[in-house]
Amino acid sequence: MLSGLITSLFGGISVGSVLLIAALGLAIVFGLMGVINMAHGELMMIGAYTTFLVQNVCKGTPLADLYIFPAIIAAFLVAGLLGFFLERTVVRHLYGRPLETLLATWGVSLILQQFVRSVSWQFIIGIGIFGSLYYAGNRLLANGKAAKFDWKKLLLTTIASIASLVICNVLGDMFKLAITQPWFGAQNVDVTAPSWLLGGLPIGDDQLPATRIFIMVLTAGCVAGVYWFLNKSMWGLRIRAVTQNREMSACLGISTDRVDALTFALGSGLAGIAGVAVSLLGSVGPNTGTNYIIDTFMVVVVGGVGKLVGSIVAALVLGTTSYLIGSDSFAPLLGWAPPLANFFTFFSNSSMAKVMVFAGIFVFLQARPAGLFPQKGRTVDN
Amino acid sequence: MLSIQNLNVYYGESHILRDVDLHVAPGKMVCLIGRNGVGKTTLLKTIMGLLPQRSGEIYFEGGSLSKMPTDRRVKSGIAYVPQGREIIARLTVEENLLLGMEARAGGRKKTDRIPAEIFDLFPVLQQMLSRMGGDLSGGQQQQLSIARALMGNPRLLVLDEPTEGIQPSIILEIEAAVKKIVRETGISVLLVEQHLHFVRQADWYYAMQKGGIVASGSTDELSKDVVQKFLAV
Repeated sequence: MLSGLITSLFGGISVGSVLLIAALGLAIVFGLMGVINMAHGELMMIGAYTTFLVQNVCKGTPLADLYIFPAIIAAFLVAGLLGFFLERTVVRHLYGRPLETLLATWGVSLILQQFVRSVSWQFIIGIGIFGSLYYAGNRLLANGKAAKFDWKKLLLTTIASIASLVICNVLGDMFKLAITQPWFGAQNVDVTAPSWLLGGLPIGDDQLPATRIFIMVLTAGCVAGVYWFLNKSMWGLRIRAVTQNREMSACLGISTDRVDALTFALGSGLAGIAGVAVSLLGSVGPNTGTNYIIDTFMVVVVGGVGKLVGSIVAALVLGTTSYLIGSDSFAPLLGWAPPLANFFTFFSNSSMAKVMVFAGIFVFLQARPAGLFPQKGRTVDN
Repeated sequence: MLSIQNLNVYYGESHILRDVDLHVAPGKMVCLIGRNGVGKTTLLKTIMGLLPQRSGEIYFEGGSLSKMPTDRRVKSGIAYVPQGREIIARLTVEENLLLGMEARAGGRKKTDRIPAEIFDLFPVLQQMLSRMGGDLSGGQQQQLSIARALMGNPRLLVLDEPTEGIQPSIILEIEAAVKKIVRETGISVLLVEQHLHFVRQADWYYAMQKGGIVASGSTDELSKDVVQKFLAV
């Protein structure tokens, strides 16, 4: 009985911590900045692919069994840089326009999914050639006046795309598969957990998988790190100031532009780390991220937008509930009321558990639309 | 020090500020008066870069501000105490003060501490350091807002109605503090004010009507007529 309780609790917390690590970055990007980032799942997917790459690079080196640690750093950096780039080029032009942001970031998520399917050396070279031609041409054209629509730019774009396409095709014919072979392809790839994560911690008849424990530790580390960063560091103070009162923060001499970029990059980097965690749970494919996007938004909304602690509690509660329902933990306790026990047994698989959790969230949000931890007091605006 | 020439500002299509000229000399306190809705706050917001100007120039210490974003204007030495105080509500008083240091030329350093002079000016803030900014009373928030502006060692302090909606005893305290700041640090002040007693503390006044400057002069010559005409009392 006791070991059963521990396994249930452990299972719940472990599902919750996966939810939490996936939602943590979104709690910052959506919760603090108010940006609906539909590409959050794809940033996780990029983090997972980065893990796969780091694993392959480390194969055969002394790091082979410890690749997970450089992978965490690499995933954070890759996803963070990608997020930084995304904020500079797309998101920052759409602040205050949630519907456009939603559409644009959804588009970005589709681009990223297709990118990992088709990326190859040929592809990279093509993008490189196009980028440098376009950049060089722009430099030549730059004469101070930026017109709204410039036919020269259109011409430049056309020339650059044709040139890069032709060069890529020629290179493809010359080197064949050596450069046209996709890096990952459309099939899923597998990240094998390091050997020290293959076992588990035996509890009674069951055992607690080591990868799950690792994810819980990783999540706890990320939460602690985010808390420290937001509450103790100078940039954290700036982030908190800008998210609360953008105009006044600028009037205090804070560069809101830089704070926005940094906040978004931080949230994206956390998505990358979540990608590492997810890669340990199953195979990694272009659609890996899409499976998480609904759950992560759900966690942030149930927790109360703008409250980090809300997201943490919500993730653990939702994770534990769906695990307990899914693993049919209630039925044995309800032996005295067979209809009720049957009711819970009916919902005891992961997709039906999700139905029940969503129904619960639906009812909950009717009663408390602002989530578990709404902003309180006279300072709440709009 | 601060020099505004032929400034025109629009909200959409409506013309708010018309050919405004205004000068603040170093170490002087200049007061902008006028009834509600004549464009005083709009002028201050344009100086801070919160509203775009359509034409005209704003110079600060010789350099043009017109194309600078707000945060760079602040870093160049202009501190702003807006109408309604704009204390960042869910940060503590201490954090609000620390944020004031962002405006310092080299930015805020990890080792920077809140200077004791701030608490000499506004003793009430000392006991409030760990309270949330949003929980303070109006008068305390106003003092915090001025203190926060001073943390950046500005050379020009822009104050928008610092006595609005504040009880009389605190008005006197704020007035005394502002005078002390001008006397001791020699910074310039540009003040928007309705409270006559406070207006008289300034060296120079500008009166606004319908978006333009219609009168100016030394506050010693501020006659009853002018006051009647431009101050809503």
